Amino acid sequence: MDFKRKHLLELKGSTREEISLILDTAESFKEVLTRPIPKVPTLRGKTVVNLFFESSTRTRISFELAEKRLSADSVNFTASGSSLSKGETLRDTARNIEAMKIDMVVIRHCAAGAPHFLTQCVEASIINAGDGQHEHPTQGLLDLMTLRDKFKTLEGLNVAIIGDIAHSRVARSNIYGLQAMGAKVALCGPPTLIPLEAQDWGTEIFLKLDEALEWANVLNVLRLQLERQQRGLFPSIREYHRLYGITRQRLEQCKKEVTILHPGPINRGVEIESELADSEYSLILNQVTNGVAVRMAVLYLLSGGKGSEELEAE
Amino acid sequence: MNLSATAQSFDRILFKNALVVDPEKLSQERRDVVVENGALKEIGKVTAGHFNGKVIDLNGLVLCPGLIDMHVHLREPGREDEETVESGAGAAMMGGFTSVCPMPNTDPPADKAEVVEFLKKRGQDLLVDVFPIAAVTKGRAGEELTEMGELAEAGAVAFSDDGDPVATAEILRRAMEYARLFDVPIIEHCEDKALTRNGAMHEGVVSTQLGLPGMPGIAEEIIVARDIQVAEFTKSRLHIAHISTAGAVELIRRAKQRGIRVTCEVTPHHFTLTHEAVRTYDTNAKMNPPLRRPLDVEAMIAGLRDGTIDVIATDHAPHAIEEKEVEFQAAPFGIVGLETALGLVLTRLVDTGVLTLPQAIAKMTNNPAAILKLDRGRLKIGASAALTIFDAGARWRVDKNAFKSKSKNTPFHGWELKGRVFGIYNKGRWWQRT
Repeated sequence: MDFKRKHLLELKGSTREEISLILDTAESFKEVLTRPIPKVPTLRGKTVVNLFFESSTRTRISFELAEKRLSADSVNFTASGSSLSKGETLRDTARNIEAMKIDMVVIRHCAAGAPHFLTQCVEASIINAGDGQHEHPTQGLLDLMTLRDKFKTLEGLNVAIIGDIAHSRVARSNIYGLQAMGAKVALCGPPTLIPLEAQDWGTEIFLKLDEALEWANVLNVLRLQLERQQRGLFPSIREYHRLYGITRQRLEQCKKEVTILHPGPINRGVEIESELADSEYSLILNQVTNGVAVRMAVLYLLSGGKGSEELEAE
Repeated sequence: MNLSATAQSFDRILFKNALVVDPEKLSQERRDVVVENGALKEIGKVTAGHFNGKVIDLNGLVLCPGLIDMHVHLREPGREDEETVESGAGAAMMGGFTSVCPMPNTDPPADKAEVVEFLKKRGQDLLVDVFPIAAVTKGRAGEELTEMGELAEAGAVAFSDDGDPVATAEILRRAMEYARLFDVPIIEHCEDKALTRNGAMHEGVVSTQLGLPGMPGIAEEIIVARDIQVAEFTKSRLHIAHISTAGAVELIRRAKQRGIRVTCEVTPHHFTLTHEAVRTYDTNAKMNPPLRRPLDVEAMIAGLRDGTIDVIATDHAPHAIEEKEVEFQAAPFGIVGLETALGLVLTRLVDTGVLTLPQAIAKMTNNPAAILKLDRGRLKIGASAALTIFDAGARWRVDKNAFKSKSKNTPFHGWELKGRVFGIYNKGRWWQRT
């Protein structure tokens, strides 16, 4: 199939076919990454701007590497804050950059909907690299790829997302992506961090961690934003760890093989026991590797690429 | 351009063949109407041939008391780039309003007689009457009462800290007690600010999916409940601005049944749109109170129908385009409403049978006039005449670029509405849309 989208703004509304195409394409690029010279000329002559309004190390590096591996010209624009904290408006920033003739914009922004807004300001393709508490679609895709690598199919898999669901863009992209691929999703966390309307997503909801462990094949453990404590959303890190921290002891109690994902960066000893993050249960480093391949696939498909068959023919 | 300057003075006008809507009698009848030297002279059967003056054959157009919008923001003084009394009056004329009540959250706020006098003066030569609402507390800070006596004398018709509720129940209590001295209502913007902190839209299914911080319905209801208790305790008059939740309607319905002196208003957007309008992150769907669920919209309709909701007011909130063309969370709250209100009322309420035409007009004339004790909003022979004339059947397409308001922030651009203003008569002058 052809990839018909111009932008990647969210996984909500994506079809299984679209996601499979991205993941299959990513598998081809993953092979490229193992070559002695891990680089293809696919996006030669294309210009990509990485527009980061929120600090991010791994996502930015992952996108930059993906662009370089595809031979695109890429430039970085990093600004702390946004029109939320005055200064130049996002619209002006975007239009200035567009005047420099660019093909694609990768945007990370603290405001939900900022990538949607950008599509109304510029002609370039927009890739959402995380917008506020809305979505982080490439993270969702790399999580899907990592699980598909291990389980061959996502159909029928039970994935529990653990932690601060309410404020997590990773959670939203995972929910939509996993459900599109036929996996079952559960949410688990303290009631203050689960949206009141979460049942609308058609997921299971577990308030107690042990119930989620009982149910799940896969745990996607979210990073706890430590500043949420100040808003009264949970009483202390200690209590959070006691109730929702993933430990080897708890896993062994439920006597089931589980796989652990974490979008990073990890608060070791808070949402997950330090040793466990590096254990045989963890696919955390596979996620990082797959991140580059998935982002290469997205850049390639949005620039008009046809998918893995064409790539193999090259 | 000053639209008021395009009005013409006539000593005598005969409006032939009007469909006269009387919001007191809740009637509509074919009549001829004569105004003379600014006063309503006669409603009946008048032969044009014998009439010495200007004759306008309305051919069945609706004639009613001039519409009153008891909740607008005219941005003057302070943000004259967004709206002025003059440009706001132009927008009011286009929308069929002959009276507007600007809220005091300007810069400086209307917390001193000088500001109220300034607003009255700015409105003096315009075709539209300006009835300012003054702040309850100095600087709208919720701490000390304003000099309500002097403000009322200067022309303030009500008091409100709109944009915020009166900060504490204690100050609200004192304000409501003190306001009894002048028989003026306290108008409350009901929002528990701690519950809406950082919020950008209604907290519900849509905010959850969009990842936008939410403003729960209980934030409104908690303050409505507080204010009703204070109104009962002080036996004073309370008017709740722009209600938006089913729970708020129910609280007010029960309070009215208990005989508490509470009235309320709804905006056209709150009986028309739901939070689904935010799906595209359109900042013209961002207002406070936010657009709510479909069941809340149904409750607005039910409240309008059973009389729980007394008034339709726009909360006309002009914003500069550069302030709205930003990320949703960064955009200010509010939309313009003066030029689309009548069309939305006729299309969404009258055409659908929710309200009869006289009932709908009453909520924009007689009812707000009664709350604010204005000598307006009725068809009284001998009294000064403010009249609105419109074509209830005409269909038109909303074009924000044709707005007389300085601001264009509307979610209704491109909508087809039924009911178009033909002209207004006020202060002895006649203005007709060209």
